Amino acid sequence: MADPMRIRAQVAGDKATVRVLMAHEMESGQRKDAAGKLVPAWHIAEVTATHNGKPVLTAEWGPAVSKNPFLQFVVKGAKAGDKIAVTWKDNKGDTRTDEATAS
Amino acid sequence: MQTRRKTLKQSAVVAGLLAASGMFPQYAFAAFNKAAFDAKTLAEVLKAMGAGAPVESKDVTIGGPDIAENGAVVPLTASTALPGAKQILILVEKNPSALIAVFNVTDSVEANFATRAKMGQSSDVYAVAIMGDGKVLFAKKEVKVTLGGCGG
Repeated sequence: MADPMRIRAQVAGDKATVRVLMAHEMESGQRKDAAGKLVPAWHIAEVTATHNGKPVLTAEWGPAVSKNPFLQFVVKGAKAGDKIAVTWKDNKGDTRTDEATAS
Repeated sequence: MQTRRKTLKQSAVVAGLLAASGMFPQYAFAAFNKAAFDAKTLAEVLKAMGAGAPVESKDVTIGGPDIAENGAVVPLTASTALPGAKQILILVEKNPSALIAVFNVTDSVEANFATRAKMGQSSDVYAVAIMGDGKVLFAKKEVKVTLGGCGG
């Protein structure tokens, strides 16, 4: 299991700005190891976000997103106390979900 | 003489071939649009996404540094003020594969995203908005990279 994400959801008016910091290696597939062999790509491929259980965002990522990726998005109609959950799934099938409460 | 860049390019080609022949088991991923993420140019990406010809628009904005000191972490933002955006794409033209990320916009989120990308060299970066009515709008910006983030 991968390390937890850090999620922060800040409410301003009727919107919440969600900032997510995921812990992932995001190997690009372009690098070579000491033996000169390509290190296979290992990256987050799918990101989904839910607001109180309702899916609000899906994203597909390539290997060119930087290591320990950062993502910021704005959820409309969110208020303090709402639950924002983010899930990622990498190209090896590993997945992780974390939840935060908007404030 | 074999330069490092050439070698990288060739290995990317080989990786592509391997992937095409199903040698990369981790790509057995149904929802992942691999064709789009393997495409090299803006036009190829849009073709793989099934979108039409792009039009430059001032209603789409791309944000990023003018000069990125570290190509491994380049903060980029993409947004559009127009209603009805379906997908927002972030692309780096001169990366081995141009497409960085695709965000599928719903009614509950604003078409405004920020993330961080790796860039191999100085290049134009694009924000592309695919609208609900099939229009494809884009904005571009040049980002100079002083230290590449893609190679070894």
